[in-house]
Amino acid sequence: MNAVLTIAAKEFRDGLRNRWVVAATLLLAGLALALAFLGSAPTGAVGASPLAVTVVSLASLSIFLIPLIALMLAFDALVGEIERGTMMLLLSYPVAHWQVLVGKFLGHGALLALAILLGYGLAGAVIRGAGGHTGDWFAYAAMVGTSILLGAVFLALGYLASAVVHERATAAGLAVGLWLLFVLLFDLVLLGALVATGGEGLSAGMVGGLLLLNPTDAYRLFNLAGLAEVRQFSGLAGIADQIALSPGAAIGALLAWIAVPLALAGILFSRRSI
Amino acid sequence: MTAVRLQGAVKRYGRLAAVDGVDLALAHGERLALLGHNGAGKTTMMKIILGLVPLSAGTVTVLGGRPGRWEAKAATGFLPENVAFHEAMTGWETLRFYARLKRRPAAECGRLLERVGLGAAARRRVGTYSKGMRQRLGLAQALLGEPRLMLLDEPTSGLDPELRLAFYEIVRELKERGAAVLLSSHLLTELEERTDRIAILDRGRLVAEGTLDDLGRQAGLPLRFRVRVAPGRSGELAERLGWPPQRLREETGTSVLDCPPADKMPLLRRLAALDDLVTDIDMQPPRLNDVYAHFTGANGQ
Repeated sequence: MNAVLTIAAKEFRDGLRNRWVVAATLLLAGLALALAFLGSAPTGAVGASPLAVTVVSLASLSIFLIPLIALMLAFDALVGEIERGTMMLLLSYPVAHWQVLVGKFLGHGALLALAILLGYGLAGAVIRGAGGHTGDWFAYAAMVGTSILLGAVFLALGYLASAVVHERATAAGLAVGLWLLFVLLFDLVLLGALVATGGEGLSAGMVGGLLLLNPTDAYRLFNLAGLAEVRQFSGLAGIADQIALSPGAAIGALLAWIAVPLALAGILFSRRSI
Repeated sequence: MTAVRLQGAVKRYGRLAAVDGVDLALAHGERLALLGHNGAGKTTMMKIILGLVPLSAGTVTVLGGRPGRWEAKAATGFLPENVAFHEAMTGWETLRFYARLKRRPAAECGRLLERVGLGAAARRRVGTYSKGMRQRLGLAQALLGEPRLMLLDEPTSGLDPELRLAFYEIVRELKERGAAVLLSSHLLTELEERTDRIAILDRGRLVAEGTLDDLGRQAGLPLRFRVRVAPGRSGELAERLGWPPQRLREETGTSVLDCPPADKMPLLRRLAALDDLVTDIDMQPPRLNDVYAHFTGANGQ
């Protein structure tokens, strides 16, 4: 087995063993089930498919929760091992810096994917069993898939934080900062700019571009506006029509948000003296 | 054949030179002890040889090439100071993980765990291990793949005496197999009999290098003679030897004389001539402790 897979398998097993997956799965499944049941109650009157409503509410939940879970997994990955002294031993083996990073990314990514698939899959199964709803299961599957991508984005950002700083505590602080920035502040500032300029200062194209500069917005655009049935209920129909971003562009943005921070983290980590 | 060669090696961290112009060679089948205070540059030297930190100046060759390349790392064993492992993994899983990275079979892990005396604890989590057990596991991982170069950073700190002996036995086997062994330690007395050559680092500089005898001669350290004199006649010794009384002291029934290396044979002859007075002679060469104090103290620590 090559070094990347060896490291990935170890991270995966570590995560299973310290009950991390169990905790994350239960959290995601619990919240997803609550949203599925509570969220479908008020929509009967307008005839919305409960499944579509669930996709909208779950996607909004994911934007808060999944980046947090991913950052918690990732911020410690490099600086923590350097601090504990396990990194020096690992790098004395015939393993390159990039292999350590990619191995951890694959292992953590698999943990996250497992938690999301189990948590949201369980919720999906319950919805289907309880109501026998027909609906846009493709949108649901796409939401689950992009949630995994969103998690991978914040894993990569977490490694970047872990590679930049010299203390574990600083990395934790930086991770919280990244979460605040992308989940809360970015949209606030963008909204502020739109309000301040009375919507005149920024063209629709520019807004679209700016939204892709934030991975959580790319995720939001894809899930809330990119798919036809969901769009009507998400309140994003207006903006999505105007800025005309294809789902492909949103996926592309998410992939770029994985590749660039991961590459930067790899470069910084390789230059680091352990 | 040379396993490691450093020429004019310099490693600076900012303005501080952790290693400052070191020339050193380590041959296969040789055990070299690296001595020095904390911060003298011992660990940095090991990192340089592992290819973990690049040199600021000079060259380093490890097993015939650049340090840190795949072949060099695969043939090197390393035991870091205060070795740390993932607490949640068992001893077996830990060793199996490292064995995979070196592309070694599972059977080797079982053998090594038995060899370091962890066979019974292999299925327990490393978090439950004592300091000595962790050190054993550290040694087991360093032995993976029958390394041709072994780097041991403070390997016996925290080990009980019995384990230390077992440890040096393994080092001796490595040497006999033709591996080059570089080990650093604070415990000078235990190194004396168990290394071939000694290198002393002081603030990044190599201040002395050679066998213990070489270093003792270089330092001009005295040989210590312990002379047992016929009962009640110890007062006569200095006078009949023509030895300055202030350089002779009495310790629990023996007379102790410190003699410069050059005067060794003349003094021996004179002592032997006093066969009515002297009943026994014991001669001690300088100890590693003395040599170490001489070379690191002379630089005004």
